[in-house]
Amino acid sequence: MRRILFESLLRRPVTETPPAADDVALAELARRLDRAARRRLGRSLSIREVDAGSCNGCELEIHALNNAFYDLERFGLRFVASPRHADVLLVTGPVTKNMREGLLRTYDATPDPKWVIAVGDCAADGGIFADSYAVIGAVERVIPVDLHIRGCPPRPTQLLAGLLALLEGA
Amino acid sequence: MPGLIDTIGGRSVDAHRPCPRLIVDEAGWRSVAARIAEGEWCLLSLWGDTGAVHMAVLDETPHPAEMAVVSLDCPGGRFPSVGALNPPAIRLERAIRSMFGLQPVGLPDPRPWLDLGFWDSAHPLAAPPPYPSSARAAPYEFLPVEGEGLHQIAVGPVHAGIIEPGHFRFTANGETVVRLEERLGYVHKGIEALMAGAPIERAARLAGRTSGDSTVAYALAFARAFEAAWEIDVPPRAVHLRALMAEIERLANHFGDIGAICNDASFSLMHAQCGIVREQVLRTADACFGHRLMMDCVAPGGVANDVPAGFDTAVLSLLDQIERTFPKLIELYDNTASLQDRTATTGILSPELARRFGAGGYVGRASGRAFDARKALAYPPYDALEFEVPVLESGDVNSRVWIRIREVEQSLRLIEQVVRHLPAGPIRNELPGASGTKEGLGLVEGFRGDVLVWLRTEGTRVSRCHLRDPSWFQWPLLEAVIEGNIVADFPLCNKSFNCSYSGHDL
Repeated sequence: MRRILFESLLRRPVTETPPAADDVALAELARRLDRAARRRLGRSLSIREVDAGSCNGCELEIHALNNAFYDLERFGLRFVASPRHADVLLVTGPVTKNMREGLLRTYDATPDPKWVIAVGDCAADGGIFADSYAVIGAVERVIPVDLHIRGCPPRPTQLLAGLLALLEGA
Repeated sequence: MPGLIDTIGGRSVDAHRPCPRLIVDEAGWRSVAARIAEGEWCLLSLWGDTGAVHMAVLDETPHPAEMAVVSLDCPGGRFPSVGALNPPAIRLERAIRSMFGLQPVGLPDPRPWLDLGFWDSAHPLAAPPPYPSSARAAPYEFLPVEGEGLHQIAVGPVHAGIIEPGHFRFTANGETVVRLEERLGYVHKGIEALMAGAPIERAARLAGRTSGDSTVAYALAFARAFEAAWEIDVPPRAVHLRALMAEIERLANHFGDIGAICNDASFSLMHAQCGIVREQVLRTADACFGHRLMMDCVAPGGVANDVPAGFDTAVLSLLDQIERTFPKLIELYDNTASLQDRTATTGILSPELARRFGAGGYVGRASGRAFDARKALAYPPYDALEFEVPVLESGDVNSRVWIRIREVEQSLRLIEQVVRHLPAGPIRNELPGASGTKEGLGLVEGFRGDVLVWLRTEGTRVSRCHLRDPSWFQWPLLEAVIEGNIVADFPLCNKSFNCSYSGHDL
């Protein structure tokens, strides 16, 4: 173990320079976000991920944000276990009818001010599952959404660019 | 010598490939269920259809192993329960009951499954079209638990982490779990209903989104079922590229999970190091196939895109990188006593239970069940490649980690063989026009275990498609292995299984 730790001290980190904040995301946020709320939350945000019916592809890429290449925590962004500790909900999936209540309760448990990001094509409009009897579709149909990050699944750099937009101007 | 499956009897259906489908009467159905219960055959899946039920069985004795589908018409909407004799069939039959309204007579557990009471219609797959749901909101009864000093812990559906949703009801005495009961279905998206009437290309995309971590395995199982039904040959280059994708997917998941298991024992160094290797694997997949998870890269008839020039250098340098770093990580895992203390002898699955449930993947192979569809069915190109199937007997979290470590090594071997001997030629055959009814079955080895896809097409559209994730038989075993362990070891046990919620909930 000591050898691996020692080697990591000598090697340059694999962490990459961050992408620029996503312009489309910035524009969407500028329209929606309350500046006062932004000032109150500052630049350090706690994120709670909620799978509302995804195929788990989005979760894999959200997980990747924590690896050494993307290292989300260097921006002051971190994932938390409880919605009660969260400022941001990151919601994936076409919101299945079976998860609607779980999503609503998670939203209600998150203290104000809070932001919601819909991640992936399913969360944006139901994606390939849109016509099913078992799904509601866009996250927006259940809770208010501040930002959409599209993709099937979005790449970690796309996720990062969207999340960094949240910090811009905060 | 005729295989055991030849002895089933019944009327054979013409256009079902690659194995026979036999229509039996109730006595025939019961006798197949009995032979599964006796351990002669293994239950692969059980699913509903319009006015009928089907059961796929596997005979592992011959090589390659033989499969058959057995069907029973149920004009009265009832069929003899297979779950009455075979516990692995119970949840499948509960799902048939909820989705189709067919009644398994003698089913020991008649509670609904997947239907949590939020849909507008009851029995959404039933024909004629579903009728409005009536008897709503009967509260779901968890199994009763009796005894001194017991308390319950309800967890989920929303879990503490970046994970899929599901409900776990623990009953504990102090720290010791005496019963775990799962309630799943929260991510039910209605995939099998969306499949009905879908053109082939759309159906393939749906299959690839059944469980995102196994998108290659699902796309491959779907493609193989479809190609069997339509008697389409796949060009050799595509066969090899598919295997390359499947092994890359296995590597990525094994690295991610080995790290995550250690992380659940608070050993984050392994998690960080494995995360780096996983990311390198995904980037190589992206460079070769244009998508990090390789979604929609396996296409019916072949593969969607050819690999770019120089892909072999990229893959071989990845292999080289892994061969230099991974042994150090194995050593780290093996030499950290505090980590071993958490994984060794934790969450033991007995070989007997693994066999009875036909447990696939590392869950089965860590408990003495050697089945691996790549070897047992020897589908191409694995029939011509050299690899071993690692098997252990002790069945604890540690064994499941070791099986994954050994499988990483085998996947590296396989990838090298594929890359060095990739045949030239076309990557996809045109799909011919088709008419009439055709049926096919595909069984492929995903990272988690064997993924089964059965489909029927009418003309150029899918009329019924059933997808069975390996998790169907692993979830119930997780309930069994946690018994007698402490609550704090549940994350370890759970992650060492890493069952799919989405693949199970459909």
